[in-house]
Amino acid sequence: METMFTPFASFGGGLLIGLGAVLLMLGLGRILGATGIMSSLVFADSRDEFSWRAAMVVGMILAPGLIFLVTGAMPELSVPVSPWMIVIGGVIVGFGASLGSGCTSGHGVCGLSRLSVRSIVAVPTFMFTAAITVYLIRHVFGA
Amino acid sequence: MKLIFALFTGLVFGVGIAISGMMNPAKVFNFFDIAGTWDPSLAFVMGGAVILTLIGYRLVWRRNAPLFESRFQIPISSAIDARLVAGSAIFGIGWGIAGFCPGAAIPALGTGRWEVVLFLAAVTAGFYARRLVASSQPTTKAA
Repeated sequence: METMFTPFASFGGGLLIGLGAVLLMLGLGRILGATGIMSSLVFADSRDEFSWRAAMVVGMILAPGLIFLVTGAMPELSVPVSPWMIVIGGVIVGFGASLGSGCTSGHGVCGLSRLSVRSIVAVPTFMFTAAITVYLIRHVFGA
Repeated sequence: MKLIFALFTGLVFGVGIAISGMMNPAKVFNFFDIAGTWDPSLAFVMGGAVILTLIGYRLVWRRNAPLFESRFQIPISSAIDARLVAGSAIFGIGWGIAGFCPGAAIPALGTGRWEVVLFLAAVTAGFYARRLVASSQPTTKAA
């Protein structure tokens, strides 16, 4: 399934993602990592840590609605894989991101911007395994 | 005030994710599918986000403290250990299977699509699985 090349929207969206990360550092002095935020909410580690993360998640969830109000359309979201692939992929994502202490936001955006050695190792690692996985699924197993 | 700021931060991040194309698995698969229907858009997302964060963090760090906390809390570990590499590699495999990552899926909840709910439930199961297999002693907090 083809998708349109959208360099300007993607770059603009990237700037806003970065702005979100910078604002969180400015306000709360924290790295914006979705894995850390989500796992803190799941395991409810401490009350004070819970509330700002919950507020952030509420803001995130409001975003598609805001886009709908402004543009009249929800953001594009097409899922070309089966529910089983979503479940299997999701469990693997949760396990791996938790073990590796971060994902695309924490290691990718924030870690690279801090020039963190761990993130400079993590990002090429997950980009490589993602690319290999997509290649195997699409071109070797032909799903 | 702190919570309103956190909510706003999440909203900015979420709008960025939605505009960028990151919450569209079809686009994620095509970003990695260099041998097939390649769509390099998501490289622009990472580019925009890292450029802004790289500069923005440095401006923020000129302050002595964030607005609503007494100090910046930044991961200090630089250990390149097996957990980091294995976790990142595993995360990439899951990302390549499902097409969602946590930072994209949380804002995508706002579209009301059942696939997103299914994915995040699976990620949560993955968090629990990680706690069972490799309990506590994390080298750093999730980024």
